[in-house]
Amino acid sequence: MSDRTTGRGGAPNPAGGLDPGLVARIEAHRGDVDLRLEITATPGLPVALVGPNGAGKSTTLAVLAGAHPLDAGRIALGGRVLAGDGVDLPPERRGIGLVFQDYVLFGHLTVRDNIGFAERVKRGRPAGRAAAEPWLERFGLTALADRLPAELSGGQAQRVALARALAAEPRLLLLDEPMAALDVEVRAEVRTELGELLRGLPIPTVIVTHSRADVEALGDEVIVVEAGEATQRGSVAELRAHPATPYVTRLFATPPE
Amino acid sequence: MPAPSDPSDPADGELAGSVTVLAAASLTEVFDDLAASFEAEHPGVDVVVSVGGSGALAEQILAGAPADVFAAANETAMATVAEAGLAPEATVFATNTLELVVPAGNPGGVAGLADLGRPELAIALCDETVPCGAASVELLALAGVTAAPDTLETDVKAVLTKVLLGEADAGLVYRTDVRAADAAVVGIEIAEASQVVNRYPIAALAEAPNPDAAQAFVAFVLSAAGRAALAEAGFGVP
Amino acid sequence: MSRNRASQQRARRALPAVVLAGAGLALALLILPLVALVVRAPWDRVAEIVGGDVVGPALALSLGTAALSTVVSLALGVPLAVVLARSHAWPVVPRRLLRAAVTIPLVLPPVVGGIALLLLLGRRGVIGAWLAEVGIGIPYTTGAVVIAQVFVAMPFLVFAVEGALLSADRRTELAAATLGASRAQVFRLVTLPLVGPGVAAGAVLCFARALGEFGATITFAGSLPGVTRTLPIASYLALQSDPDAAIVLALVLLAVALAVILALRDRWMPGVRA
Repeated sequence: MSDRTTGRGGAPNPAGGLDPGLVARIEAHRGDVDLRLEITATPGLPVALVGPNGAGKSTTLAVLAGAHPLDAGRIALGGRVLAGDGVDLPPERRGIGLVFQDYVLFGHLTVRDNIGFAERVKRGRPAGRAAAEPWLERFGLTALADRLPAELSGGQAQRVALARALAAEPRLLLLDEPMAALDVEVRAEVRTELGELLRGLPIPTVIVTHSRADVEALGDEVIVVEAGEATQRGSVAELRAHPATPYVTRLFATPPE
Repeated sequence: MPAPSDPSDPADGELAGSVTVLAAASLTEVFDDLAASFEAEHPGVDVVVSVGGSGALAEQILAGAPADVFAAANETAMATVAEAGLAPEATVFATNTLELVVPAGNPGGVAGLADLGRPELAIALCDETVPCGAASVELLALAGVTAAPDTLETDVKAVLTKVLLGEADAGLVYRTDVRAADAAVVGIEIAEASQVVNRYPIAALAEAPNPDAAQAFVAFVLSAAGRAALAEAGFGVP
Repeated sequence: MSRNRASQQRARRALPAVVLAGAGLALALLILPLVALVVRAPWDRVAEIVGGDVVGPALALSLGTAALSTVVSLALGVPLAVVLARSHAWPVVPRRLLRAAVTIPLVLPPVVGGIALLLLLGRRGVIGAWLAEVGIGIPYTTGAVVIAQVFVAMPFLVFAVEGALLSADRRTELAAATLGASRAQVFRLVTLPLVGPGVAAGAVLCFARALGEFGATITFAGSLPGVTRTLPIASYLALQSDPDAAIVLALVLLAVALAVILALRDRWMPGVRA
């Protein structure tokens, strides 16, 4: 617990040195899915979980975030155990940022208050608003600061969701199908920007997707998940060259958008 | 299939169909009996008794309710219907007087009208805008008693219910209500009550859908058999 | 903004004639009686009747008790709605029992509800007899009016709030938790605002139902001017002697209910933007 605050100042640029990142061995079940999966992730190298619908990708994110129980295994982040070994931290104590597929912004709060939410629950509303400023600027949202989420385009909402999650200074960022809710015309551009952002973050990131374009643009390491288990791991190039399952073959046979 | 009022109906040479009787709440039990007797005499007729506050019933008639007979608990209610030309021939068929009513066992130790002024007792009276309430006000004035009611109910049955449930220590209701309620409540006769008499008029309505049956029912209520049933229920019979 | 575009397209598409006809008839059934009330109102006597000694105390009592009933229903009904919304995960029997308990006052004739309250809280009631021992009498008091109104009106609030809770996106709560919010903070900062419109709608329904409450009130609380005689009871009594006055009292009730519904809508629903 003592390491929780070290290196986590006010700036969006924490930790330095060697971060063991995410080290997780997950056994869980939800609905028809029996999940048995090992994931490791380090800063600067986004991990893409790719697989067909119902393979357990979203369940993996839920288990990591603490929204779904771990049956067996262990989740450690930066050397600290979040779950397993008799530990089961609730979501609010895991320090994991989560960006939902459709963003799930707080509809009753302005862009500024959405982004300042994490600071607000610690130090009150004025502090939250002040803390939101640098993030508004960094994500080009200053002009939209007083809008409600319903008044944003898909791309704008995604930037708010990212800023909101990063403003909490998480030690791990999870993204669930980050491109799915965007209009097709803007996806390519947003995807490129997102890739740059994620690779520049000082924390590990895990992206769930079923799109070839996402995998190629965002996945420095790829884990193929089918029926709850990893069927192949490697770089995009390795997967493309030696697809281990029919699913992987099909994935790289689909035309890019 | 013959129409309900077909005079050639072989089952009943004279009357058929249904006859709707709007009756004051205090007539509930006796009119149920009268309706059954009337139906026994005229097997082709179905008597529907609808009870309520006399004023509310009068309003229904003025608003065009398809009723055949109106039996009110006071002459004011009948007068409003008669003024509209809807009750051409009203006849007083019964009278009623008030009685003190207390729960079985008389927990409040009520002996007479004067006890209605005791503030520690729970007292239920009719509101003065309904017939039993108007009579109560008159009776209390006559006896020189200032009552301390805890509730002024919308009809006499509501007063009786409060006493039946033991939620009121005493109330003023018609003696017929005490008779109908049997052993659950006890009636206490009041000397002055005979001077405050409620008169019940009945009339076949001008716009009765079934005028023949309406006339027959009114005649039945006024007949010896009808009078006997009313007297049995505790009504005065003029 | 693809979601907005879709809803605009939905709105532009014409509805089938049978739906429009049904909706028109339904609206006529709801509105025409009130129109008749307005048309037939004795407008020349309105000032006299409203200024009389019946309307004032009855109106004040009705507004006060209905407001208090709404506050009590909020305090007790919102937690009950939260439990009810969670009960969907329960075994069948307790889940249905709980739902039935909340539904019963909606289907029970209010007069029967009033009798039931008397049997519980009356002087000879299951709890009331014990209260009477220590000198507490509930029937015939303004408190009894509030209890009767809560009994009858609270289920409206409970179901409205439960509906809002069920349709609220639970992931919003998870999003707040991942941002470090404690359970209490999640409830206060996210859940409540999320269901706020539902709570407001439920409170308005509850207030309106309490304002119009008649049967349970007169049975359980009685009818004494200034203490327990609410506007609906005064209106019913007026019908016995002065139908004009009854119509005017009904109009007053209608005007108050409309005013409150409109006022609360603007005030409590900032999320609804023109």
